[in-house]
Amino acid sequence: MSALPGSFEGTAVTGLDSSPVEARPEVLAQLPPLTVQHEAEAAEVMARYPQARSALLPMLHLVQSVQGYVSPEGVGFCARLLGLTKAEVGAVATFYTMYKRHPTGRHLVSVCTNTLCAVLGGQQIYDAVAADLGIGHDQTAADGSVTLEHAECLAACDYAPVVTVDYEFYDQQDVAGALELVAALRRGEKPPPTRGALLTDFRGVSRQLAGLSQHADAAAERAAVDGPSAGVPTLIGVRLAAERGEQAPAMPAAQPDEPEAGTPTPEAPTPGSTGAERAGDATVAAASNPAEKAGAEQVHTDAPEPAGRQPAERGAEGTDTPPTGTGAGQNSSVEREV
Amino acid sequence: MPLTPVLTQRFAAPRSWTLETYERMEGYQALRQALAMSPDELVALVKDSGLRGRGGAGFPTGLKWSFIPQPKPGETPTGPAAAPKYLVVNADEGEPGTCKDLPLMMADPHSLVEGVIIAAYAIRSHFAVIYVRGEAVHAHRRLVAAVQEAYAAGYLGTDVLGSGWGLELVVHAGAGAYICGEETALLDSLEGYRGQPRLKPPFPAVAGLYGAPTVINNVETLASVPYVVRGGSAWFKSMGPEKSPGPKIYSLSGRVVRPGQYEAPMGTTLRELLELAGGVRPGHELKFWTPGGSSTPYFTAEHLDVPLDFDSVAAAGSMLGTTALMVFDETDSIVEATLRFTEFYAHESCGKCTPCREGTYWLVQILERLVHGQGRAADLDLLTDTCDNILGRSFCALGDGATSCIASSLKYFKDDYVALLPPEEQARLGRSLRLEPVGAAS
Repeated sequence: MSALPGSFEGTAVTGLDSSPVEARPEVLAQLPPLTVQHEAEAAEVMARYPQARSALLPMLHLVQSVQGYVSPEGVGFCARLLGLTKAEVGAVATFYTMYKRHPTGRHLVSVCTNTLCAVLGGQQIYDAVAADLGIGHDQTAADGSVTLEHAECLAACDYAPVVTVDYEFYDQQDVAGALELVAALRRGEKPPPTRGALLTDFRGVSRQLAGLSQHADAAAERAAVDGPSAGVPTLIGVRLAAERGEQAPAMPAAQPDEPEAGTPTPEAPTPGSTGAERAGDATVAAASNPAEKAGAEQVHTDAPEPAGRQPAERGAEGTDTPPTGTGAGQNSSVEREV
Repeated sequence: MPLTPVLTQRFAAPRSWTLETYERMEGYQALRQALAMSPDELVALVKDSGLRGRGGAGFPTGLKWSFIPQPKPGETPTGPAAAPKYLVVNADEGEPGTCKDLPLMMADPHSLVEGVIIAAYAIRSHFAVIYVRGEAVHAHRRLVAAVQEAYAAGYLGTDVLGSGWGLELVVHAGAGAYICGEETALLDSLEGYRGQPRLKPPFPAVAGLYGAPTVINNVETLASVPYVVRGGSAWFKSMGPEKSPGPKIYSLSGRVVRPGQYEAPMGTTLRELLELAGGVRPGHELKFWTPGGSSTPYFTAEHLDVPLDFDSVAAAGSMLGTTALMVFDETDSIVEATLRFTEFYAHESCGKCTPCREGTYWLVQILERLVHGQGRAADLDLLTDTCDNILGRSFCALGDGATSCIASSLKYFKDDYVALLPPEEQARLGRSLRLEPVGAAS
């Protein structure tokens, strides 16, 4: 029965958030203004859709990218550009969890406390972080460094328990790792996520959600796209299949460049991959498994480079390089001791 | 049952999310084959393949496409047939336990993009949207990059690969609302409104986005389409049972040794999947599990051999849903787990209809006092009665789904509820159960 401590402590909020939107003059006066540049960007997003109102959600993300929440000015901005009333815009903004009613801290820390994560320790993580920060759900640390929230399922149950910072994944967390992660954020550091791009901040990622580039140059944009995505749980099935030599039935494809076409035997190569890539995958699988069985997560750094792989790609996708130097995710292991 | 990596086959490839890798691994070949076919031939192919929607409902994909009203040869189209057609991708993955689409969109976004292009061609659409859950920022980022690459390579734009047919594809971020995974709520959200479901009929195939004929498909469904085109319907049907064929990504999570994504033919059982995943953690045993997310009625150890396909799971009293297999062991309280899920539904209820809005609120109140040890003997019937007033009376499936975990936990583990009642309340039921102490979890 101790699996879900705190589930009846009021930590899992039910019902809609009815707290008032921050509108104190001294706070509003500090907000960066919405400018003609933002109007132009909103117009660009509006033009992508057959009907401009479809851009309302992206535009609210745009407002948050400037002001950190959906401010009264932001509501007016969207209403004016879309020809809506402020009430119509406000009705939409208050419906969605990601639109904030108070200025968000530099980073948004979300701890999943839905059932699966909670059972595996997510509630303890949330409780510990909240106690450490001295704040509760949807509240911001006094120094403005982080806003804390408990989140509903973040679609990463195979990596449970998960924490996100600005919606980038910090997988398989525990209390100590999450506390260190938050402490690092408060020191101004940006520990790399297990899966996702290097952090900018809440406003930066809001800009991406608005459908706009959040990076000034193409290299930074590319680096964000290339942030790691596939940890052990994502790859576990495909690696196991390679290790066991299992594959889908061969396609009866009539591709002229596929000599194996028309030989649908169990030994036939997997459709859709070349021999070199299969060898590479098999290498990855074979190299990784002893380590996985030993409970280690970092499985590839000592493994031979898979065939067809360029040295420059070392450390990118497929190598499952865990974040370093922060404690975040370092204690994770697929063979968890729970 | 062997593993059959099809949708996941590129996951371990270096830089699997790039156009370069995708093209090297047969990417966009299916699109070329598709453009050599007529749209009607494509619809017929997907119909014949038996592909059923991977978002949970299992509706036949080709049939859904065929519902889009198309102009008849030699006639001037009127009504919906004359309107633009839209394709909308439901990438709003948020059902508790479900974690299959995010890994796919991160690891292999081009397979979704190619599926979108083929499907849009099949329904004669020129505008498609991928509605991605807002919190899924890395998947969103990868999709945006993939779409840019696809435009640059001529797979998207005004003249796709010189076919004369054009398609615009927009990646659209949601903003945190589980209800937007319901297809008509998604449409309202995409139109810039609160995400609340619409009355059906009219169905989206006739009046969807902007009131025009619209197909809404799940990510995994559309990512399957290029393989159907390349492999053909017979190949696709060579995996899994006749009426729910194809490969399926099974997502194991919870009390298993090696959680993660396992792609196997439809109809694989949890017993087989647990074997692959190293079983339930050592020293513990399976108590309850969901076959397809929190909205699907729980199964127990007696369901280990139920083939996990749409029809077999339904016949066994649950739903295949999203094949999100959340596994719980004997240390996990099913009543507390059910409370958590119910809190989720209460939080995510959009408020449009009374049974769901009020019902989920009251279900939380009842479950909370049970978990507190302050329940009443009559609460068990009250839970059932409340569920009966939600199920089938709600505007959309969210309300129905909210009752699944309660009704099924009462069905299989009623004693777990009774044991939470104070002794005097148990006595009213003629029972006297004690809570068994379980191993300290976590």
